[in-house]
Amino acid sequence: MTHIQRKALHVSRRGFLGSAAGLTFALAFGPSGISIMPTAQAKASAREIGAWVRITPDDRIVILTPGAEMGQGSMTGVPVALAEELDADWDKVSLEWAPADASVYGYKRGNSRSMLIAGSRAIMLYYDDMRLAGAQVRKVLLHAAAKKWGADPAELKTEPSVVVHPATGRRLTYGAIAAFADPPSAMPAVSKDELKKPSEFRIIGKAVGRHDIPPKVNGTAQYSIDVHLPGMVYASTVHAPVQLSKPERWNDAEVRAMKGVSGVVKLDYGVAVVGDTYEHVIAARNALKVKWAEGAAAAGYNSEDALYKTYAGLAHGKSAQSTSVKKSGDTDAAFAGAAKVFKASFMSDYGYHAQMEPLNGVARFNEAGDTVEIWEGTQAPDSSRAKIAQALGFKPSQVIHHQQYMGGGFGRRSITDYTIEAALIARDVKKPVKMIWTREEDIAYGMFRPQTYQCVEAAMGADGKVTGWRHCVVGDGGSLTTGGIKLDSYYGIPNQDIEQRGVSHGIRLKHWRAVAHPFNLFAIEGLVDEMAAAEGQDPFEFRRQRLAMPAKAQRVFEMVEKMSDWKTKRPEGRALGLSVSERSGSLGAGVVEISLDRRSGKIHVHKVWAAIDGGTVVQPEMARRNIESGVIYGLSSVLKERATIKGGAVEQTNFHDYEVLRIAEAPEEIHVEFVESDAKPTGLGEIGNPFISAAVANAFHALTGKRLYHMPFTPDRVLEALKA
Amino acid sequence: MVAFNVNGKRVSVNAEDDTPLLWAIREHLQLTGTKFGCGAGLCGACTVHVNGEAVKSCQTVLADVAGASITTIEGLSPDSSHPLQKAWIAEQVPQCGYCQSGQIMKAAELLAQNKTPSRAEIVSHMNGNICRCGTYTRIVAAIQRAAKEA
Repeated sequence: MTHIQRKALHVSRRGFLGSAAGLTFALAFGPSGISIMPTAQAKASAREIGAWVRITPDDRIVILTPGAEMGQGSMTGVPVALAEELDADWDKVSLEWAPADASVYGYKRGNSRSMLIAGSRAIMLYYDDMRLAGAQVRKVLLHAAAKKWGADPAELKTEPSVVVHPATGRRLTYGAIAAFADPPSAMPAVSKDELKKPSEFRIIGKAVGRHDIPPKVNGTAQYSIDVHLPGMVYASTVHAPVQLSKPERWNDAEVRAMKGVSGVVKLDYGVAVVGDTYEHVIAARNALKVKWAEGAAAAGYNSEDALYKTYAGLAHGKSAQSTSVKKSGDTDAAFAGAAKVFKASFMSDYGYHAQMEPLNGVARFNEAGDTVEIWEGTQAPDSSRAKIAQALGFKPSQVIHHQQYMGGGFGRRSITDYTIEAALIARDVKKPVKMIWTREEDIAYGMFRPQTYQCVEAAMGADGKVTGWRHCVVGDGGSLTTGGIKLDSYYGIPNQDIEQRGVSHGIRLKHWRAVAHPFNLFAIEGLVDEMAAAEGQDPFEFRRQRLAMPAKAQRVFEMVEKMSDWKTKRPEGRALGLSVSERSGSLGAGVVEISLDRRSGKIHVHKVWAAIDGGTVVQPEMARRNIESGVIYGLSSVLKERATIKGGAVEQTNFHDYEVLRIAEAPEEIHVEFVESDAKPTGLGEIGNPFISAAVANAFHALTGKRLYHMPFTPDRVLEALKA
Repeated sequence: MVAFNVNGKRVSVNAEDDTPLLWAIREHLQLTGTKFGCGAGLCGACTVHVNGEAVKSCQTVLADVAGASITTIEGLSPDSSHPLQKAWIAEQVPQCGYCQSGQIMKAAELLAQNKTPSRAEIVSHMNGNICRCGTYTRIVAAIQRAAKEA
């Protein structure tokens, strides 16, 4: 990073971004050119300037990106919005990570700021602030050029990275301006109506290459697991089979005597082995025998028993404690007066993130032991920094955080338990440490998408319209089970009673790509398909006539009906299934085409069509791939993935028993189209996932006349359903 | 101490004979483009070439590669100019990117054996490499593009 060395001139104004209440900047001139920097940092010290935008005399533009990169493309997509309003030549833009300081680099969330990249919301939440910031830098450049030429700034225009004066034909590159410009007395205000109209966009909505792709084809992209520091030692942690059990004692002398072992560190819920090479650490780890304290909350827990007995009892019992998620109209009256009532129960298993990079972190203390440097790929650098500081009894300012690429996130990497371990171990052994969990550890000490049992009921009036809706989800983790359970953005049902019934098992739980949407939409759209079939109606027609769909929903359904050529007969042994998709403000509809091997019970999805309304799509090609990714992730969890817990311990250990989708099981074709829209961007990183469950189950019914009620649809469950 | 060639250079690694090649490459030699995914030969993230053959380096021990010629992603081309690397960029294949070194090395073995693989041959050859971001359709497209443009 370039630092402004001395005599930098700072001019700052708070609140000049008006109603957007966005990121504030100061303007500084230094040997490397103009910097537009956050006010807070400009006030601090000229030597520690972190800037959003840096323009150098050689015409390079550096934008700091707050888009944590786990494959979804936010690293590139977020700064595209800034570069658009700056009218930057994208080929001259390079990106650097924004520091882990939410007060400067965070988006507004309630009364505070956050850098958490989750829920597909990076572009959605940074979009306005980034555009305003870019427009402001452009205005500074325009005014500087106008002064130089003695022209009226209103007569000037920009072309990518060039200010032009059409009346005289004069031109100045942004870099040339950066070399001579005098600082203005105040930053110019930018109002929202000065922003570009969508028709003027040069890069929003067009394909720009992802910044992170070239280093990802030649091995140079750096993940935290790749960090190497002088004098570094290696570590790996063992946690109890029964999660959150504390270590009591272990064969310490024996392990310490092993080759290369330099330390054994006790942690709250684990024991870490430290050594000179990772192979020595693994050997010691395998030899470690820990006596774990008894009495952890998860002890004795059997997930399958709980699902079939406890959960089912809670779902159907009248007296169970329940939390209302939504209540509207008079649902009891709607059911009492219904001409027909439809009812079904659905189940879903625990899901593991299975990000390809096993969780790891690198930590190095300074000699005095009062500052730690952290290398970590995280979805939430700001809160990671705060949590690491807290664990060490430090202030956040004592933690220097180096963001890295993430080898997958999927919700797992917004909590930093693994990097905290690296920091604690490094402090203990007084050496830089690279701590890497084995894959087995990553699963055993995983944080899971909770399993659920769901009961859904619908009341149909005499006119055939759906008038009442009851949905009860039973599961651990509170709101982790209720995302996507509300259906108002796509179906209008006047009387609704939606509730959650909680259980608690002491198993670590976490957000997972689209979290609860995949299993809640499985239940919602499963029952809708049953109703359509019972009424003898085409699934599209049924939804249009009986479910009062708002215009936005009608549009995506119509689009996917055309895309999939729904009414055209498929080859023998193939069938189609339909479901809505909804997540983070985006709406979609999807169709899958499946076949079934009736001997093995294996379902294969051949083709997928998805019609998506995500508002303005900042990076369509990136978004398309993101949705394809969601489709595969969804399909993997719908056909294969299941974690089970027995005697309090996770039963699966690696990819042989926690199977994820492989290339031979992937669809041959995935077609994604976007509704054209000027509306604000909404989340697209997870919209490809939620519709897969019900679409596959509904296609299975179209093919076999049987229903699947428990995801994943493993071959044994499929064979069982065929016999039913 | 085991000696072999990596990306055209003679190296010797001061480690036991039963050390997985993966850790020798990643940590002893600091060629970190080759990735650790499962440590059990199940995911393919650690794929490298040993004497031209794609192997899972987490399942290959140093004793097995004494004197061998190993190619990692860093040595596939000096400047990302291998047809697969160019195709991977053109098709914008990587997402998180973590598995992609292994994918590319596995695909390079295929194209070395078969200049015009069918879709079925590609899928069958690549089935040992997991991509958790699900870039599978783009991997197929990129291999087809590389086959055409090579």
